[in-house]
Amino acid sequence: MGGIPHDHYEPKSGIEKWVDSRLPVIGLLYDTLMIPTPKNLNWMWIWGIVLTFTLALQIATGVVLVMHYTPHVDMAFASVEHIMRDVNGGHMIRYFHMNGASLFFVAVYAHMFRGLYYGSYKAPREITWIIGMLIFLLMMGTAFMGYVLPWGQMSFHGTAVITGLFGAIPFIGESVQTWLLGASAVGQPALNRFFSLHYLLPFVIAGLVIVHIWAFHTTGNNNPTGVEVRRTSKAEAEKDTLPFWPYFVIKDLFALAVILAVFMAVVGFMPNYLGHPDNYVEANALVTPSHIVPEWYFLPFYAILRAFDNTVWVVIFAEWISFGIIDAKFFGVLAMFGAIAVMALVPWLDTSSVRSGRYRPMFKWWFAVLVVDFVVLMWAGAMPAEGIYPIIALIGATYWFAYFLVILPLLGVIEKPMTPPATIEDDFNAHYGSKAASGSSAASPAE
Amino acid sequence: MFRKLTLTAAVAFGLATGSAFAAGDSGHVENIDFSFDGPFGSYDQNQLQRGLQVYTEVCAACHGLKFVAFRTLADEGGPHLPEEQMRAYAEFYEVFDPALFDGEGDFRPATPADHFPEGNLSSAPDLSLMAKARAGFHGPYGTGISQLINGIGGPEYIASLLTGYTGEEKTEAGTTLYENTAFPGGWISMAPPLYDGQLEFNDGHANDMHHVAEDVAAFLMWTAEPKMMARKQAGLTGVIFLTVLSVLLYLTNKRLWAPHKAAAKRKD
Repeated sequence: MGGIPHDHYEPKSGIEKWVDSRLPVIGLLYDTLMIPTPKNLNWMWIWGIVLTFTLALQIATGVVLVMHYTPHVDMAFASVEHIMRDVNGGHMIRYFHMNGASLFFVAVYAHMFRGLYYGSYKAPREITWIIGMLIFLLMMGTAFMGYVLPWGQMSFHGTAVITGLFGAIPFIGESVQTWLLGASAVGQPALNRFFSLHYLLPFVIAGLVIVHIWAFHTTGNNNPTGVEVRRTSKAEAEKDTLPFWPYFVIKDLFALAVILAVFMAVVGFMPNYLGHPDNYVEANALVTPSHIVPEWYFLPFYAILRAFDNTVWVVIFAEWISFGIIDAKFFGVLAMFGAIAVMALVPWLDTSSVRSGRYRPMFKWWFAVLVVDFVVLMWAGAMPAEGIYPIIALIGATYWFAYFLVILPLLGVIEKPMTPPATIEDDFNAHYGSKAASGSSAASPAE
Repeated sequence: MFRKLTLTAAVAFGLATGSAFAAGDSGHVENIDFSFDGPFGSYDQNQLQRGLQVYTEVCAACHGLKFVAFRTLADEGGPHLPEEQMRAYAEFYEVFDPALFDGEGDFRPATPADHFPEGNLSSAPDLSLMAKARAGFHGPYGTGISQLINGIGGPEYIASLLTGYTGEEKTEAGTTLYENTAFPGGWISMAPPLYDGQLEFNDGHANDMHHVAEDVAAFLMWTAEPKMMARKQAGLTGVIFLTVLSVLLYLTNKRLWAPHKAAAKRKD
């Protein structure tokens, strides 16, 4: 695998040769684990392991939860309470699973913003990026459907709101919504199919994770300099890289242990902090919660959805030019999915000749604003849609689109980037060398 | 650059992810120092037993606890009633058993395996999960920072509600509403349930309205989160284990990378 020259597995014993000639699985594992990895990777390159672990955690805890859960509108809520009260260790398993979703999204957002800063999406890693975006979409779908299962008030009314978005599609919207719910309103058919899909999709995600890893093992990892590993000879490649095992496995496990210590504190001491109290009230179609909000990880996109109401001139214009087909509601839906679509298209929107943001003096600041923008949108999405909040959300949403559609394409032309180091080895040596002792500006690799 | 951003994002993330809150009209809730607050807090067994008494003598007239089984009253980390006392307490309730009377069903005294009955009044919500279904603290500005300091505030909300009556009444569409400073919107249909000296505690604990309200709020926290003590114990064990593991992995990692970093120093 891969373009970086390195040692490959050679079967030695008789048994190894016997297996290898029939199924080269040992060689596959060896090459995957021993993949040459840029030795200057910094601490933002640990999220992949965290994500892989979290996926495994969610599947493992989820499989146990399914053994005790009942997907029925009259019994779902009580069966979750049965898990919390009667099942051995059930309260811990359920809190792990519930907060595991939050850990998953903390890690995926860190992972994505890492990619956006260091230009990990740029050629030749576009497919890795696209697969990643597909995983992100599936994660959102899975998390949403999982949130329905406890059948609390927020589960129920959140589902009604979100599936209602599909109802905003012109002409076919209502049919699509009915098809999704299996009925005209949220009820038993919706609960059943969301349960089924919530079990299925994580395995689709697992499959895509393998493709994601396959893709970046083919191109090699990006790294903080954005400079490619030299691959003319094995000797040269070895100056830029170290094998994944043990160097990065141990480093990543250390980071994972630290993150899990924090995670364990959240689960142990404040497991409901990130949740919503209303979801401890059993679903009731007749009583609507005063303020329906999605979980925190959906809030930035929820803010974008709500930002475009019918007082915004683009919305009014779109409605006029489309003869009313694109109304404010549908525009909001388009904006929400568009916000993810522009992220998926970033490999072709970024025109800069330099890959890593570390060597792009102007980009750094625009990127910092994007991170702040994301957090502001998250906050605005949690606030009621009245007063100043829709205006804040609109400004935030506008910047989100401007960053991807205007700023990134223009920056590549306007900006004069600095010169990255010639090789990864130079970067590594400069960072750990004697001259680096007095305040290097480079982000710290490995240690 | 990225490190600074990460820190900023982490701080801001903490600000943004607190539970969102409804516009305007949420009531006023005072923070109370409960024995179970914080990572090391634990339930006060005597307080839970007093709270059970308040629930039985006052709340149970209208409300139910349908997710709570009588046997759990004897659990450690809860009211921890002696076995016989728990059995006697259960028998005091009548439950409907559909298997009795040749399948037509009949009432019988409850056994430890039965749950508390549901409420008698359809407008009185079940109290099993009430302490987790309400938030006392939201702000500032919907950021949820106060929840990090004070907790989510479910039991505080209950205690504030029970003692938050102003004495004002009004009638709306045939229903009497009572003004309450803790209730969102300010007017609640539940009549003031508590008054000073309403019941006597066996342990001689103060029985003014505020103490009684705190005791029943603590009891309802236990009904909502009966495994809290086990959870905090597991959390503490996990944090300690993972911290030790982190240190060991840190040292392993440092040693593993040392020759390569030393080589970098020589070459530079």
